Amino acid sequence: MCFTPSNKALSFVFICFLFTLAACQDGSSDSVEAEDTPADVQEAEDAEDLDEEQIPVGILHSLSGTMAMSETSVRDSELLAIEEINDNGGVLGKELVPIIEDGASDWPTFAERADKLLQEDEVPVIFGGWTSASRKAMQPVVEGHNGLLFYPVQYEGMEASPNIFYNGAAPNQQITPAIDWLMEEKGDDIFLIGSDYVFPRIANQAVNEQVEDAGGTIVEEQYTPLDHTDYNTIIARIREADPDVIFNTLNGDSNVAFFKQLYDAGITADEIPVLSVSVAEEEVQGIGSEVIEGHYASWNYYQSLGTDENIEFVERFQETYGEDRVVGDPIEAGYFMVHLWAKAVEEAGTTDTDEVRKAADGIEFAAPGGPVEINGENQHVSKTVRIGEVQEDGQFEQVWKSDEPVEPDPFLEEYDWASGLSEIVTDED
Amino acid sequence: MHERQSFFTTKQGVFTILIVILAILPLLMSDFQTNLLGRFLAFAILAVGLDLLWGYTGVLSLGHGIFFGFGAYITAIYITIESSGGGLPDFMMWSGMTELPWLWQLLSNPVAALSLAILVPMFVATLLGFFTFRNRIKGVYFTILTQALVLTMVTLIISQQQYTGGSDGLTNLQTIFGFSLSSPQTQLVLYFLTLIVLTVVFFSSLRLVNSRFGKVMVAIRDGENRLRFSGYNTAHFKTVVFTLSAGLAGLSGMLFVMQIGIVTPTMIDIIPSIEMALWVAIGGRGTLLGPVFGALLANTGSTYFSESFPEVWTYLMGLAFIIVIIYLPKGLMTIGDKLTKKRRGSHANQSAGKPTKL
Amino acid sequence: MEAILLQLFNGLSLGSILLLIALGLAITFGLMNVINMAHGELIMIGAYAAYVVQLLFLTYLPEGMFSWYFIFALPASFLLAAFFGWLLELSVIRHLYGRPLDSLLATFGAGLILQQLARTIFGAPNVGVQSPTFLAGTIEIFTLSIPASRLFILLLVAACVGFMFYYFYKTKSGMRIRAVMQNRKMASSLGINTRRVDSTTFAIGAGFAGVAGTVLTLIGPIGPTLGTAYIVDAFMVVVVGGVGMLIGTVASALGIGMFNTIFEYVTNASMGRVLVFILIILVLQWRPNGLFHLRTRSLD
Repeated sequence: MCFTPSNKALSFVFICFLFTLAACQDGSSDSVEAEDTPADVQEAEDAEDLDEEQIPVGILHSLSGTMAMSETSVRDSELLAIEEINDNGGVLGKELVPIIEDGASDWPTFAERADKLLQEDEVPVIFGGWTSASRKAMQPVVEGHNGLLFYPVQYEGMEASPNIFYNGAAPNQQITPAIDWLMEEKGDDIFLIGSDYVFPRIANQAVNEQVEDAGGTIVEEQYTPLDHTDYNTIIARIREADPDVIFNTLNGDSNVAFFKQLYDAGITADEIPVLSVSVAEEEVQGIGSEVIEGHYASWNYYQSLGTDENIEFVERFQETYGEDRVVGDPIEAGYFMVHLWAKAVEEAGTTDTDEVRKAADGIEFAAPGGPVEINGENQHVSKTVRIGEVQEDGQFEQVWKSDEPVEPDPFLEEYDWASGLSEIVTDED
Repeated sequence: MHERQSFFTTKQGVFTILIVILAILPLLMSDFQTNLLGRFLAFAILAVGLDLLWGYTGVLSLGHGIFFGFGAYITAIYITIESSGGGLPDFMMWSGMTELPWLWQLLSNPVAALSLAILVPMFVATLLGFFTFRNRIKGVYFTILTQALVLTMVTLIISQQQYTGGSDGLTNLQTIFGFSLSSPQTQLVLYFLTLIVLTVVFFSSLRLVNSRFGKVMVAIRDGENRLRFSGYNTAHFKTVVFTLSAGLAGLSGMLFVMQIGIVTPTMIDIIPSIEMALWVAIGGRGTLLGPVFGALLANTGSTYFSESFPEVWTYLMGLAFIIVIIYLPKGLMTIGDKLTKKRRGSHANQSAGKPTKL
Repeated sequence: MEAILLQLFNGLSLGSILLLIALGLAITFGLMNVINMAHGELIMIGAYAAYVVQLLFLTYLPEGMFSWYFIFALPASFLLAAFFGWLLELSVIRHLYGRPLDSLLATFGAGLILQQLARTIFGAPNVGVQSPTFLAGTIEIFTLSIPASRLFILLLVAACVGFMFYYFYKTKSGMRIRAVMQNRKMASSLGINTRRVDSTTFAIGAGFAGVAGTVLTLIGPIGPTLGTAYIVDAFMVVVVGGVGMLIGTVASALGIGMFNTIFEYVTNASMGRVLVFILIILVLQWRPNGLFHLRTRSLD
């Protein structure tokens, strides 16, 4: 036998275990400040550290793993908003203290951390999430504890949880108008490409209905695994199908590979323009602006917007985090949703979930991307829809915008062609 | 000259003390912490199974995430059906399905679902084991194949979203056998259920490794060819252990999913699968007791580290792995060894701590 | 016809990329039997090296010189990755020779650290590397228009493979490496410093990973987790090819690339990946030790 159990001292290991448990719990109260959080926002580690004059708020994004590349910037803008609110006297006269958790790009971890924030730290609100999967993981948790989640990213729609406020675009505030614009300006033969997961597939179902209704054609629909990096075969299919435009719902890294290889294959934006819904300023940096120049993306906000609110926002963001940083739609949403929550709390006079929910209807804020207003019925916000073209410097130039903020319609109830889709969901409820 | 060992210094003894403490802990902890610890206990079951395969038989699988995943997904499918009261889950409706696929219908029977949660991983393991061990594909080749298995299965699960929920996984698992999964009482029951299962698994595994079969396992690890030349069909033995280990992973997944209420592809992917092997390595391979500590410690550690130092916890984890692997090849159990030696000091004869090649 | 030819080229191109990422592994895994899970992170280091060289060119040299950055980035990434490889060998792998599974876990830890290091230095978002202008656009060969960058990668990989063959089979130091890997004790008693050979070999393997990183900047994203997407594929290539056989690695990379492209073309990208895995299992039924392997009488 190679190994006889070593004995008395095994118990020592066990003591070590308990000791570590205890030590970790103690250790966690020496609050650490993350290096790049704004200096005057104190991070709390335990709810007990807080006094009566403070309100803990949860921030839950992936700070490690594959999604960290997108989500860390949203955390930054949320902290910036908290700092602004605190500088102006806080909420209900109390200081906001962010408790930052790492979702680690793992959806069950999001559920676990949300649970921890609500149960252990007793935060009245969580600002967080990026992927739909992370939101869906947190949804039962916030509903179970009657907490609040403010979610900053555009998504596929078909959802309205009473405990979530959706601050990104619903499909009718991004995808539907983008398809309308494409068919009007660029042509009727559309090639759909997306990552093989829930958002692209659901979004494209609606797109299929819409295009058919408007008399266009979906020439082909292709999906690739989430970390796919070889697009030669897809590009060969694009050549064969010869569409007027490509509607792109690829996610994250795949966009970089797709655009670089499309460019190398000699397919230019003049020939077949691509309209993306998940490519913002940060992604353009990673792709390289010369590669994606001339292609389009539909969002509610661009860094290049000339409004006073935006100029001030961009200035503050770069002042705090560095001149070379760019902002984009989800970053802006992360910023304004903290302000929306704060205003709703002021209106309600308490942080109680039910009161805040009641007070939230009609709360407005002059966001960098134009005025936003909470729709109390579906808890989405009304916002301006824009389409932008990528410029040489990596910024977007707006080529189209809606005349006024568009009311959110997550179930696409306003559209006849979507009746099949929305029925499915409303049947269930 | 053997020192007489008291019960409390044997593996059984230490484990018993651990179980007693774990049974008392819920009194001292909040619901959230109890729930968290319950999940780690589920991991410990998987770690014991992986230790049988790796620590005792010398075959490292980095595909246990998938077996864990089968257990978790099958259980989650059953819970989803129960929670939705026979209706279609929302993601299926979005994918344009009108009725439950036959595979799901099969899983709407609780007995079928709970047994399949263990049998399916065993079946897949038997299949893969048969095709690889038979050809004497071994050591690192096998390990890399199991990794490829993970990559393939995860891609498959994500792409077949009308059946699996895709990248979102199955969320919002509400009730099992009529009990609400979100109620602290149900979770407390599940905590003790997991604790009992872990106890049974641990003592059965201990019996197994001390049996004749266990001796063959160790012999395969230390000199497979000699064993083959003595007339043993080592491929059969390895397949059996691999199957058993996969079954335990399925069991672990089943208990885990009931306690977290969600299953997604991210938790069975390549990195979680490697982490599972690291629990065993940290605790101590070929000790059974070590992996239990390893699973509890590594998960507690990573939970609190990532909470207190979200930006630097990756550094700490990486460093911890390197140090343990290089300097403590038998994991934390080495510390136990070394201390025993020190305390025994002058005793000339020592049976413990012979170095082995792993 | 044209479509078929183009798909053949695509298969070849994918194969060449797989080969490039597996070349370093063919050395560290194939020859030294070390499972280096941080191989993907060495690729990442190569990619960031290209990024830094590009930044230096942008800052200090006139615009006309810009495209030449790539020519400098190749050796720079080789050296930088080789340096990190050397460090890794010295600090971690040195202790783990003969324990391949342990080397797997320890290098996984090292990979975590390197990833986080990249995140700390360069930030979590992807960084952009502009391709040199001479690699933009397409080249017409007969009736096919082929991306210049793909052709360049193909040629570069061929050059790397040629160089490796020459180095390992024709030069003194290459033969010394093979001698040590095949019979360490004998080589040592003939006066070869095996310790030094070990670290050099590992550094060379790491260097090739760095080159792969620079090349990947032409076609893919550059971020801290860049390497994780490629690591399993790279190992599969070496296993299918037969460990220790350079020619096997070449054959298996091209084979996997070709079949992957075909499967993807007839089904879709997700199913293509599943079919390739099944194919690999089947091939290993037929050839358990890979397509090519050293015949030897020794057992373990």
